[in-house]
Amino acid sequence: MGMGLCSIFPAAHADWEVNMKPGVTDVSRSIFDLHMTIFWICVVIGVLVFGVMIWSMIIHRRSTGQQPAHFHENTRVEVLWTVIPLLILIGMAIPATRTLIHIYDPSESDLDIQVTGYQWKWHYKYLGEDVEFFSNLSTPRDQVNNLAPKDEHYLLEVDQPLVVPAGAKVRFLITAADVIHSWWVPALGVKKDAIPGFINESWARVEEPGIYRGQCTELCGKDHGFMPVVVEVKSPEDYAVWMEERKAEAAKLAELTSKEWTLEELVARGEQVYQTNCASCHQPDGKGMPPMFPALDGSDIATGPAGDHLDVVIHGRPGTAMAAFGPQLSEVDIAAVITYERNAWSNKLGEMVTPKDVLTYKQAEEATQ
Amino acid sequence: MSAVIDDHGHVEHAHHYPPKGISRWLLTTNHKDIGSMYLWFSFTAFLLGGSMAMVIRAELFQPGLQIVQPEFFNQMTTMHGLIMVFGAVMPAFVGLANWMIPLMIGAPDMALPRMNNFSFWLLPAAFTLLVSTLFMDGGGPNFGWTFYAPLSTTYAPESVTFFIFAIHLMGISSIMGAINVIATILNLRAPGMTLMKMPLFVWTWLITAFLLIAVMPVLAGVVTMMLMDIHFGTSFFSAAGGGDPVLFQHVFWFFGHPEVYIMILPAFGAVSSIIPAFARKPLFGYTSMVYATAAIAFLSFIVWSHHMFTVGIPLVGELFFMYATMLIAVPTGVKVFNWVSTMWRGSLTFEAPMLFAVAFVILFTIGGFSGLMLAIAPADFQYHDTYFVVAHFHYVLVPGAIFGIFASAYYWLPKWTGHMYDETLARLHFWMSFIGMNLAFFPMHFVGLAGMPRRIPDYNLQFADFNMVSSIGAFMFGTTQLLFLFIVIKCIRGGEPAPAKPWDGAEGLEWTVPSPAPYHTFQTPPDMSDVHEHRKGTGGELTP
Repeated sequence: MGMGLCSIFPAAHADWEVNMKPGVTDVSRSIFDLHMTIFWICVVIGVLVFGVMIWSMIIHRRSTGQQPAHFHENTRVEVLWTVIPLLILIGMAIPATRTLIHIYDPSESDLDIQVTGYQWKWHYKYLGEDVEFFSNLSTPRDQVNNLAPKDEHYLLEVDQPLVVPAGAKVRFLITAADVIHSWWVPALGVKKDAIPGFINESWARVEEPGIYRGQCTELCGKDHGFMPVVVEVKSPEDYAVWMEERKAEAAKLAELTSKEWTLEELVARGEQVYQTNCASCHQPDGKGMPPMFPALDGSDIATGPAGDHLDVVIHGRPGTAMAAFGPQLSEVDIAAVITYERNAWSNKLGEMVTPKDVLTYKQAEEATQ
Repeated sequence: MSAVIDDHGHVEHAHHYPPKGISRWLLTTNHKDIGSMYLWFSFTAFLLGGSMAMVIRAELFQPGLQIVQPEFFNQMTTMHGLIMVFGAVMPAFVGLANWMIPLMIGAPDMALPRMNNFSFWLLPAAFTLLVSTLFMDGGGPNFGWTFYAPLSTTYAPESVTFFIFAIHLMGISSIMGAINVIATILNLRAPGMTLMKMPLFVWTWLITAFLLIAVMPVLAGVVTMMLMDIHFGTSFFSAAGGGDPVLFQHVFWFFGHPEVYIMILPAFGAVSSIIPAFARKPLFGYTSMVYATAAIAFLSFIVWSHHMFTVGIPLVGELFFMYATMLIAVPTGVKVFNWVSTMWRGSLTFEAPMLFAVAFVILFTIGGFSGLMLAIAPADFQYHDTYFVVAHFHYVLVPGAIFGIFASAYYWLPKWTGHMYDETLARLHFWMSFIGMNLAFFPMHFVGLAGMPRRIPDYNLQFADFNMVSSIGAFMFGTTQLLFLFIVIKCIRGGEPAPAKPWDGAEGLEWTVPSPAPYHTFQTPPDMSDVHEHRKGTGGELTP
């Protein structure tokens, strides 16, 4: 309901927002109810305590000729104000426990999605469906750097949202590939830490189609503020169409590997891949941010043997922020980005690394293992 | 004990003439000198950590990146937290303890004066080291003051090793300070000063000192494990090597939760002296105050996982930590009710110490309310790591710890300097701080509930308005603290001479010595046998 209104008046509604929204799932609504209950309990206690205090501050001033009383203890009163808060807390703990037990029951899910946090993007894998993809921030850098006007979903928009069907119980299996992240969608009432080596469970059942936005909520390094979560809930029919399209795209991508590429095509595709995956550390101009993030422009790797370049991109640099992109990117994208890096800026090698080269390199490695 | 007696004999012939020049401060074993040094150190750190907060708020003044890049922003949030916790708040309370505990219990000095000197001088070394990391290649710590692994190990800048060493030094300093406080309180009380005659500031510090001894070694342990992971190939916190990143959080918060009480209990104690003084009425429920403090300290050890409700601990664990956390509201409530009852039917005046103390009670209670909300585990799933949490802990730390320190400073400045501070300016300082602080931190509740995560350098437009208000409040609060510096310097340099007891309703042994307190006090301990326990009645009675 609230979400509907807010999509009609997005700008007017957003500013000066002072409270949590009830969200769109049973869980988020019961959390909202708990939040409002405990809030009103605090308000009532606050009004009583501060009321007495302020009364005292006005009436019991020396300037009004007030003589101090001498009392300094009263066992009955002290027992009362120990026991009454205890009873209020017990009253509060009961609904909280009920909600918590409900949240902790991810069983009988209709769809399982593995959510993996990377520095600084999310990876979604539909278990049993052979569909997986990365979800990157899509806000242009120019907006961040104040060179272009910021749009309504500034920093809360991605290239490929997570798509789930309405009405289904979707189980999220949440983990991370590098540091700890946290996957949060307020409207779904889901926040769970994504921890390397652990798989955390959470779930949501959204009845209404719509787009719901959130952010990473665990400090995960430089671009922690730039890895939003967008969940698009589609009707079951639309979801099925979308799923078919994704599968067709995956098949098309496999075909691309065997295609004959030209240098220009690879560089063009590579530039896109570079901007999405590499530019936040190595910078769009390839100068990096030494010493944490080395320059690629004129670097030994980007101008040296192609094999070394493949090795760094595919395996990363253990112990540094350089991630292993082998499992993250397709052969085509790895080939494209390497070709781009070897031909961009002052690196004018004029040679290319093709998707087939990448495949051969990977297969050779598997053979030796 | 013989060391103490030797030392005592040694200072005897320097009676009213402390050594001149820098060596007075380098070599001093005098609790008042060391207390002053701690307080000045703390204030310096407060301004440094505060200026980092100004950088943070300047960047967050508007959406978009304007002033700093995310990499440096993260260093600012990290260093702001570390410097405020370990450099500003903790040393300020150790400074107050050094100055006031011997005066309050009728002791000639702290029990272990040489160690006292060493525990202070470790701090400048530790913080020089910590701040120097900002100028190193790769920058300073950028992983938050909670330094969660593996961001602080595998993915940390190289300067993390210096950070670890700095934490070790601070830990050693704190542990020695705590041992000294315990030794002093348990051994050097004036004859007849039973435990239940001690001012609450002494009580809360005694309990705080035990907390420090219990948890600072845990902090030292966790940073040592980080050091091993980074340099010696262990995998305590690395899942790839069979370790456990969540273990880090458990160990850290086993230190971290008692730590938040380390930063607030001494303020409870100070406020429990100040409110009765300006209400001219004995503290209500002295005994229950002592027991409530002990109960809070105990509970602080069994609630740590409420900082980790979203890491995926099992349901039973989640429930246990939720219930235990909610329980803290009971003893904390008792304290607040006691303060209010102390004011009730008193004869109130509102000099600067009282203004800060009353604001402490009200605003700390607001921080307590948001704490109670955060304790509700399902609701915490929405609050966790948002600005709601930032609002919560700034409400308990700024009007809690910091206002407690300001209240103490104004209350005891006449005793320290021999002059009355400028009351008009002090009230201006209060009102500017009060308004600035609320403007800065109250809107953070709103943006947090609306969905703004903490520790981000840039945000969606929907959070823009309140962030601008927050920043304006923060600038106001920040610049106002320069006024405090001016007031203190003015008070040291001159002003109306302070009588031995400048506050007519004040109680306690510290008011029986002249103002300024002589270099050596209570070389002959006062006899406290005739004073009633539970501090019945008002004023004068504690005069031996």
